[in-house]
Amino acid sequence: MTAADFSLFLPLAVLLIWATVLLIVDLFIPKERKGWTASLSALGLALTLFLSLRQWGETASGFGEMLRVDPFATFINALLLLSGLGGVLLAYGSIRRHGVERGEYYTLLLFSVSGMMLMAQARDLILLFLGLELLSIPLYVLAAFALPRLDSEEAGLKYFLLGAFASGFFLYGTALLYGASGTTLLSGIAQAWSQAGRNLFFLVGAALILVGLGFKVALVPFHMWTPDVYQGAPTAVTGFMAAGAKIAGFAALWRIFTEALPGLAPDVTPILWALSALTMLLGNLLAIAQKNVKRMLAYSSIAHAGYILMAFVPFGVPQVRDVALAAGLFYLITYAITNFGAWAVVSALERQAGQGLELDDYAGLGSKAPALALAMTVFMLSLTGVPPTLGLIGKFYLFRSVIEAGFYGLAVLGVLTSLISAYYYLRLVVIMYMRPGEPQPVANPWLNLTWGAMAILTVLFSLIPAPLFWWASQSVLR
Amino acid sequence: MLLEYVAIAILIALATFIALAAVLMGELFGPKRRTAVKAEPYESGMRPIGPGTRRMPVRFYLIAMLFILFDIEVVFLLPWAVAFRQLGVFGLVEMLIFIAILLVGYFYAWRKGALEWE
Repeated sequence: MTAADFSLFLPLAVLLIWATVLLIVDLFIPKERKGWTASLSALGLALTLFLSLRQWGETASGFGEMLRVDPFATFINALLLLSGLGGVLLAYGSIRRHGVERGEYYTLLLFSVSGMMLMAQARDLILLFLGLELLSIPLYVLAAFALPRLDSEEAGLKYFLLGAFASGFFLYGTALLYGASGTTLLSGIAQAWSQAGRNLFFLVGAALILVGLGFKVALVPFHMWTPDVYQGAPTAVTGFMAAGAKIAGFAALWRIFTEALPGLAPDVTPILWALSALTMLLGNLLAIAQKNVKRMLAYSSIAHAGYILMAFVPFGVPQVRDVALAAGLFYLITYAITNFGAWAVVSALERQAGQGLELDDYAGLGSKAPALALAMTVFMLSLTGVPPTLGLIGKFYLFRSVIEAGFYGLAVLGVLTSLISAYYYLRLVVIMYMRPGEPQPVANPWLNLTWGAMAILTVLFSLIPAPLFWWASQSVLR
Repeated sequence: MLLEYVAIAILIALATFIALAAVLMGELFGPKRRTAVKAEPYESGMRPIGPGTRRMPVRFYLIAMLFILFDIEVVFLLPWAVAFRQLGVFGLVEMLIFIAILLVGYFYAWRKGALEWE
């Protein structure tokens, strides 16, 4: 353990200490001034973001290879910390109105973000598991944060039970990989694979890990919890969870499979292909049937997990691997931005006790609150992937890399499911503009800032996506 | 490769055998005089009062959680105490950090009133 180790660990350590101290500081902040807690947590996230970005370009391992700083980790960390900031904004703009303003919210959020960062940086399965739990446990509590509202409690319990079950899968996979290779280090597992060759332990272990992480990012056979949890959890939590947990889960998936099990590609690729196809298809088809906007967006987030997984299918094709991963990273940014925007709009229209969340509640928004409706239209178009939005550019890069790798069927399926998704995204736009109604949007400055900033970012990056894509392509795993 | 697991299989078989043997032997060879008192649930030697499925105050859960907090602490403190000399200053600092984190949790619970029964 050296000073160099600690300089690698610095951003994460700062965030963890900040969160721990904030837990105590919050006890002395009176109930009507929880804005202080919110701003302190935002300050901690911003400080960590600064420290994390200072590591940009660095590539080093510490703590006996267990912790890694590379452009990939820095990229994911930056994205996660920005999601955390978005989560704080969204929460400060909405939780007081719903009477669930408690200071612990922000502490739990910070802990969850540090777990996510650990998942992006860890190169050891035990450490990855630690990150997974540190990410999940605060999220279980946050999902139930609107107690005594019953649906929120239900969401928390459901997420907890199924999440604990999925963690078991991940842990069992870890145990099998350890049994096959005698180490939990990703590099050690890769070494053992090249010596031992095809072995049932590797295959089953990798499959179990895929199941465990597939649950976290809501891939289709493991998605059952998503609609209920996303609907029941407070909207601010859902927005944060939909972005953060997905980013961290995919980061871990990418790192484990490219660093530890590259030789497994011929076996895993068809499975990933099928998972991606199923997720896109089912997510988009089921979203059509939803009357509740939160449920609709939950299914849409499942479908987007399918698109992101697409970037991962060609990981066994060396020429395309890097381009595909860059496309996936780019898609994560576009998804995070539009996701936060959409959830902020949902939050602005939500009234007490889960009211104002039906599709019909959006009728007449176009004339009543033109700016809000315009922002929502931008997000919906971008989620569909209508030209010339950010969503289209993200999907274009994805489909192109999949085609280059020779998976034509998957690309065709991606285009077809995007067409299906246009139906329910645009239906919301039509309802907002064409149908008369009396919506009651809330004008909270922080919510306005969230959806406003996200709408501007979506438009801005739609016009000039090149710097973002350059950044993503610099951040691939090597 | 699989041979390494044979030891575990033997251990599992042996453990199952001993456990079953202990229970079955008592059942087979022990004297049996069943009375109504013996069939009652055991409550530390007291005569059981009331039904066994009473509602418990939810506060017990809080106590149980606090108990786990300190139970885990002991689980980690004990091996550290055994290996104290080998670990040296590094171990001491690590343990102090660990205890400090636990104390933060304890302080939080205290300020939130988790220790007050009323």
